[in-house]
Amino acid sequence: MSKVLIVAEHDGKTLNASTGKCVSCAQTISGADIDILVLAIDASSVAAEAAALTGVSRVLTVEASHNEHALAATWAPQIAALADSYSHVFGPSTTFGKDLMPRVAALLGVEQVSDIMAVEGAYTFKRPIYAGNAIVSVSVDEGSKVVATVRTASYSAAAGGGSATIEPADVAVELPSHTRFVGLEAGGGDRPDLQTATRVVSGGRALGSEENFKIIYDLADRLGAGCGASRAAVDAGYVPNDMQVGQTGKIIAPDLYIAIGISGAIQHLTGIKDAGTIVAINKDADAPIFEVADIGLVGDLFKIIPEIEAAL
Amino acid sequence: MKILVGLKRVVDYNVRIQVKPDGSGVVTDGVKMSINPFDEIALEEALRLREAGKASEVVVVSIGSSDAQQQLRTGLAMGADRAILVESDQPMQPLTAARVFLELANREQPGLIILGKQAIDDDCNQTGQMLAALWQRPQATFASKLELDGDSAQVTREIDAGLETIAVDLPAVVTTDLRLNEPRFVKLPDIMKAKRKPLDVVPFADMNIEVATPITTTHYDSPPQRQRGVMVEDAAALVAMLKDKGLLS
Ligand SMILES: Cc1cc2nc3c(=O)[nH]c(=O)nc-3n(C[C@H](O)[C@H](O)[C@H](O)COP(=O)(O)OP(=O)(O)OC[C@H]3O[C@@H](n4cnc5c(N)ncnc54)[C@H](O)[C@@H]3O)c2cc1C
Ligand SMILES: Nc1ncnc2c1ncn2[C@@H]1O[C@H](COP(=O)(O)O)[C@@H](O)[C@H]1O
Repeated sequence: MSKVLIVAEHDGKTLNASTGKCVSCAQTISGADIDILVLAIDASSVAAEAAALTGVSRVLTVEASHNEHALAATWAPQIAALADSYSHVFGPSTTFGKDLMPRVAALLGVEQVSDIMAVEGAYTFKRPIYAGNAIVSVSVDEGSKVVATVRTASYSAAAGGGSATIEPADVAVELPSHTRFVGLEAGGGDRPDLQTATRVVSGGRALGSEENFKIIYDLADRLGAGCGASRAAVDAGYVPNDMQVGQTGKIIAPDLYIAIGISGAIQHLTGIKDAGTIVAINKDADAPIFEVADIGLVGDLFKIIPEIEAAL
Repeated sequence: MKILVGLKRVVDYNVRIQVKPDGSGVVTDGVKMSINPFDEIALEEALRLREAGKASEVVVVSIGSSDAQQQLRTGLAMGADRAILVESDQPMQPLTAARVFLELANREQPGLIILGKQAIDDDCNQTGQMLAALWQRPQATFASKLELDGDSAQVTREIDAGLETIAVDLPAVVTTDLRLNEPRFVKLPDIMKAKRKPLDVVPFADMNIEVATPITTTHYDSPPQRQRGVMVEDAAALVAMLKDKGLLS
């Protein structure tokens, strides 16, 4: 039988929604027994949230001052030590999991499956390559441990209402001191989180300046939407990096995605393939974004956005 | 201090990838090949550190077929001092690639190894982290700023929550994100000069590396295509349609 250990992503207070998505993915392995591991300085509130996810058997906690920040060099040896009694170790394919899980895989001496988008069996999975332009079926040797990251846009979070047990876990491993946390400069304001928002409004290079980007924020606020951007808008300094959507930014799956002044480069489209409805507003009728948009509107965004607000 | 930089030969990022009709792979015949974009950024960073007097030598490394010499020559033309090709006709997965880099780290004793955060063909995003684990050294992934300070480095990392800064002792592995720098263009005279720079070819078999059990790919599919939808005349029609679909209230 498969035993899956999921490494919880959290900020010390709340569990990140990506963890519930990993649970949903693990549940598609038939008969899997699922545990969640919370490393933290104080795990209480995060562990309680994790225990409430349906389908979870146990929540293991390792509370220590060195677990305050998710430093891969510190966390990976602890996870590798606890991985012994599991057939699978999963983390989310967010910057947290992408940083951490390969280090775990290397300590366990196995290749990692990145970005699981579908489970076909306990040892066979589908994952995207070439920026999502090809989907491959891959299989892991059945004698090996499976270390993997889960493509969060492919799963919705497991429901609440569960009641897993919470137990402290013992890990005795030597930890390095060569890596130290210095600081975090949080980007986004208090708009809905890009990765879980049901509606997202994004702006591109066409906005032209940080000041002009305000009209995107205002529209997003009117719609109760999260706010995203193309790489060009981030590179130009109009918005912070954590707003980038695409191959090297965030991969998202809102019900409604509105792309404004974004041309639709493959690397951007990779990030929105799973959106429910894509709306594109662009002054160039030949922009590639219209090839994938469910609804397109050709025109100048500076004229159209006020008209949309008037029509709401 | 010596810096090792990984240069993977990959299908150019502008190529529209096509899956072969029989699902056995993607079409790579006659397709333009380039240095992985993140690796160009890695090399640029190493060159800037050398130019700032903080590094003495920049060595570019590729693992792959002899065709990868082209990408190494480009790296030499950008300014690397020498190149190493670990030659193998077998595609190499991240853990095995990391073992190759570990062996080279033991031979070359670099103060810094800079890799791309991901190769844009396999999109694995693993090799740097795995190398750091095997080498038992720090990793600073997704770097958008790198400052060397004696025996340590301060690295700003692009993460989902914003910008994180960590301090790592050297030697360390750094992987690059897009905003770390803008790579320079290669000039014609440099291409000529690069022909005379040393490029060592080491057969993979001579490195005595155990190949990790690979993950096998059984089938390639094209992703489901989104269809072109409808065009609307104006903002009012757009809002009406979204309300109609229940996407706006
Ligand atoms: C390795 C790699 C990874 C990458 N990763 C990403 C990624 O994760 N995310 C990402 O987004 N990109 C990524 N890119 C970059 C990508 O290739 C494009 O360069 C980028 O997405 C372009 O951004 P844009 O659409 O805002 O700008 P442009 O391509 O310049 O498009 C601007 C658009 O705005 C329209 N426009 C101009 N003025 C107006 C107006 N007044 N009203 C309406 N429309 C107007 C124009 O017609 C045009 O279509 C990556 C590139 C590489 C090489
Ligand atoms: N065959 C290779 N040759 C040179 N560098 C490589 C190779 N494979 C991986 N790398 C390095 O590791 C990074 C991450 O690759 P990956 O883990 O495959 O996404 C790349 O950007 C390269 O810097």
